Amino acid sequence: MIDISTLLANGVAAAVGPSTIFFALLAIGLNIQFGYAGLLNFGQIGFALVGAYGMGIAVVHFGLPLWSGVLVGVLAGVVLALLLGIPTLRLRADYLAIVTIAAAEILRLITRSTSMTNFSGGTQGLTGYGQAFRQPSPFDNGRFYNVFGVRFLGQDLWSICVGWAVVGLSLILVFLLVRSPWGRVLKAIREDEDAARALGKNVFVYKMQALVLGGVFGAIGGIIFALTTQSLTPDFYSPPQTFFAYAALIIGGAARVFGPVIGSMIFWFVLSITDNFLRQATAGSNPLISFIDNQDVGAIRFILVGVGLALLMVFRPQGIFGNRSEVLLDAR
Amino acid sequence: MRPRPPGLVGNSKDAAARSDDLASGWFHLSVVRALVVALVGPLIVGAVLLGAAVPALASQPPPTPPTPSQSPLPQPPSEQPSPEQGLPVSGTLRNADGRLLAGVQVQVFDSTGQQVASTTSNTSGRWELVVPRPGRYTFRIDPRSVPRGVNVLQGEVVRDVVPGTLPLVVFRFGEQRGGLQTTASAEAVRVLVDGIRFGLVIGITGIGLSLIFGTTGLTNFAHGELVTIGAVVAWTLNVTAGLQLIWATVLAVIVGAALGAVTDLAIWRPMRRRRAGLIAQLVISIGLALALRYLVLIYFGGRSESFADYTNQVERNYGFISITDKDLATIVISLAVLIGIALLLQRTRIGKAMRAVADNRDLAASSGINVERVVLFVWALAGALATLGGVLFGLSELGGTVQYEMGFSLLLLMFAGVILGGLGTAYGALVGCLVVGVLVQVSAQFIPVDLKYLGGLAVLIVILVIRPQGLLGSRARIG
Amino acid sequence: MRAEHPVIDVSALPGAAKPDPVLMIDSVTRSFGGLRAVDVEHLEFQRGWITGLIGPNGAGKTTLFNLITGFDRPNTGQWTFNGTPLSGLAAHQVARCGVVRTFQLTKALAKLTVLDNMRLAAPRQSGERFFGALLSSWGRQERAITEKAMDLLTRFRLDAKAGDLAGCLSGGQRKLLEMARALMMDPIVVMLDEPMAGVNPALTESLLQHVKSLREDGMTVVFVEHDMDVIRDISDWVVVMAQGRVIAEGRPDTLSSNKAVVDAYLGSHHDQALEFDAEGNPVGQTAQLAAEMHSELEAAIERGKGLSA
Repeated sequence: MIDISTLLANGVAAAVGPSTIFFALLAIGLNIQFGYAGLLNFGQIGFALVGAYGMGIAVVHFGLPLWSGVLVGVLAGVVLALLLGIPTLRLRADYLAIVTIAAAEILRLITRSTSMTNFSGGTQGLTGYGQAFRQPSPFDNGRFYNVFGVRFLGQDLWSICVGWAVVGLSLILVFLLVRSPWGRVLKAIREDEDAARALGKNVFVYKMQALVLGGVFGAIGGIIFALTTQSLTPDFYSPPQTFFAYAALIIGGAARVFGPVIGSMIFWFVLSITDNFLRQATAGSNPLISFIDNQDVGAIRFILVGVGLALLMVFRPQGIFGNRSEVLLDAR
Repeated sequence: MRPRPPGLVGNSKDAAARSDDLASGWFHLSVVRALVVALVGPLIVGAVLLGAAVPALASQPPPTPPTPSQSPLPQPPSEQPSPEQGLPVSGTLRNADGRLLAGVQVQVFDSTGQQVASTTSNTSGRWELVVPRPGRYTFRIDPRSVPRGVNVLQGEVVRDVVPGTLPLVVFRFGEQRGGLQTTASAEAVRVLVDGIRFGLVIGITGIGLSLIFGTTGLTNFAHGELVTIGAVVAWTLNVTAGLQLIWATVLAVIVGAALGAVTDLAIWRPMRRRRAGLIAQLVISIGLALALRYLVLIYFGGRSESFADYTNQVERNYGFISITDKDLATIVISLAVLIGIALLLQRTRIGKAMRAVADNRDLAASSGINVERVVLFVWALAGALATLGGVLFGLSELGGTVQYEMGFSLLLLMFAGVILGGLGTAYGALVGCLVVGVLVQVSAQFIPVDLKYLGGLAVLIVILVIRPQGLLGSRARIG
Repeated sequence: MRAEHPVIDVSALPGAAKPDPVLMIDSVTRSFGGLRAVDVEHLEFQRGWITGLIGPNGAGKTTLFNLITGFDRPNTGQWTFNGTPLSGLAAHQVARCGVVRTFQLTKALAKLTVLDNMRLAAPRQSGERFFGALLSSWGRQERAITEKAMDLLTRFRLDAKAGDLAGCLSGGQRKLLEMARALMMDPIVVMLDEPMAGVNPALTESLLQHVKSLREDGMTVVFVEHDMDVIRDISDWVVVMAQGRVIAEGRPDTLSSNKAVVDAYLGSHHDQALEFDAEGNPVGQTAQLAAEMHSELEAAIERGKGLSA
């Protein structure tokens, strides 16, 4: 009744697929902000939104070539980080949290507003910005490829290759940064801002740099994902997505270079398997599980993530592999 | 030393002086009585007001108040519908006077409540959109996008979409509102009253948020879900169990208080005992919010559901202002509750204890106040207020309906109001929320209606730049 | 030891002029609500001296530290360091000028190693700039910094702990680490906020020796302390504060005979018997006094930026 090999194959496909890449990039950004600098960015999805829409609008409405559209997207992430950081980075951590989540919601409302339809496509979404992305692809867009027993469509395979390359470069960058004296200052700020100040470090500047860098990773994540899907819809960028990325980060372990990526892979592997299991188990005339409606499966994913996030914070704040003494968050 | 949350009002010397008074058995029936009077009293006042209005239930359609942002489920990335394979649905929007309505947003929800598509009518009133696969869908007009002066008679249509046909969906519109020529000043008064009403509703819910922050330091991101659950409980009692809305609300408020107390006992008290960091607690509240919101979705569904009472009301003319009875009742109930809260804080033992704990937790504890009990009471109060606020929010702002995401959209406005007034202050929270409410309604006159919550959120950022401690906060409290 | 410095004829009045002041403070006030926490008309700190700052709880000592080092903003007033104005500078700018402080509650960075705590403090690191971290070859500078850090750790007998997380150190070792860390910045003035507080008595002597050695190295030391014996032992000069004001200053041996100091330090209650009820709770005036002390303590903690998280 439950087809286990399909479950596993789908799980593996999800663990290397576009969603994993997207959330890995969001979580890499959050890792810089939350893991290393202690900043609470609850609007990471907003950075993905400005990245994706920055690129989309630049290409569709201003006729820029794709590469400069990507640049516009990244710049939009930088600008958003500056705008949000200036008022909040001198205040207590929760102000940044509130402002970032509000800003992400503002951005989503603006892009979906009917008054913006001509510009952002409103709720219809935006397409037609990313054809150039698939041109250099060595794969046949419409063909299925078999990679280690998992089937991928050619166009997805190309996105996945590019995505993981970007993730790899991002990890190298993060690795170089966090083992440098710059990373040391960031960790010091996370531990105790006043101590860092007393040692002559300009805390505000470092926090801003962390916010901008993390935001840029978010924007790049949005760009890569938008190039994969080839269409933008505002409601994809809703607040819970940020918390998916947090869940991934905490699963993999905050303040570890590979934490966000491993966390994102585990996150989507588990989510895909539970999703598929529930869908199979609740489908048909004589479902294995009868008390859950087949149509509620989508909502159950959010409940699992929510409960999982809370339980992780209570019982394993150091992540699945972390060491209890490395818990970063108990001091506050 | 644990970081201490900012205080409400009063000062340490006060707290010490009050210690004798508070130390001995302050927590008894008088407290419960105070709570009941503070919450139920105004409800009865409201009941009288509304009761008087029942015979006047509208034969004429009501003006439809705007609804808040409808933010549907984020679509799982792998499941985005591909428009090429879908089925087209269309229609034309025509007002009762024959005018074609442009720029009206039509949304489609599938049976799980997920929004699957939306579009906007063009200049000839025509709209067309595509649903991904055959099935039963709910088509809804976004009332915020309906031009002023146009009433929606039927804004929601359920339709089975089958392949091979071109289904038309017809929405019905009513007469032009009132037919009165509104002057600019009358319009201004209307907007102001609208704003005050909305601000009071935000304030009722926001005070709980602020009190929790003040006494425990927790920024409770799950507060919006308390609002939603409260409204859903009231809706269930009202619609499913057939209880009159006022009594349904009274019961729901009690349930809400219990729910607040239970969350404190089951989650937050153990977390405090473990000395969990405030940021860890904040993330936990996020997880909780997410889980609760989608539990409500499973139970309640993704559609807006109407209360059984007070859905259709006409505006009564009071000379200087026309207002529906339910809006008037909302204002009266909110004001009465807020005055009750102020009296509670100023006059009762528990209120003074709450202020003392918020001002200085350790000093309060050493003065003989049972801090955990005070916090428990704050949670119960916040739960009760959130429930009442949820019902009033649905009744007055969402056109008499309840939605599973209503709490989250209100949460951001609560944060805006509470920060504007000064995080952790009770009276500041109220002032801030009023300002946000008025701002939202006023800004809706100048910006597209579906962006009207923007003003409230933008003020959040502005206030942080110019006066981060809020209007009534003190400088030392923002770290 | 005091003889190493030329015996200078400095009047022992509050605000007395010093021959070579390194820090000068003028009409600095700071109020919290209605309470005037600091109200200092004029104060000079002599270069090369160890100056002790004493006074009862709530006298404004820590607040004055916070003001001088840029951790708090005064309502009025200005102060200069070596003749250049410091007022208005942010905390990190003050530290870069060479006025380095420690904290009453130690701020060892618990999740960093002891060695990283030290290296962090080194000034002008090219690898601390964002692009510098990626593009410059900061390795050589890092080696030099590490060498200096190890020297200092050896001097403070923490070299064996270099690889441990600072969170594993004892209270006294954290104080030592904080002092050593401050020295990484080659400071001119070291401001120590209660360096002996919470330290195992066995370590006190060695801490005192370290403070004295700072003077030997040519630094100016300002420190807050409660223990009169400690003050007498190591300070060249003592400044007494009460209720935000400087009420007296002078050589440590002359202070115990100063009436104002005795009154301020022990309070006007010092001759009054303390009263307790059967359960050991303070009663009557004693209870009032206890409550006052408690709220002053709380206020002090609040001012000490306990909320900065």
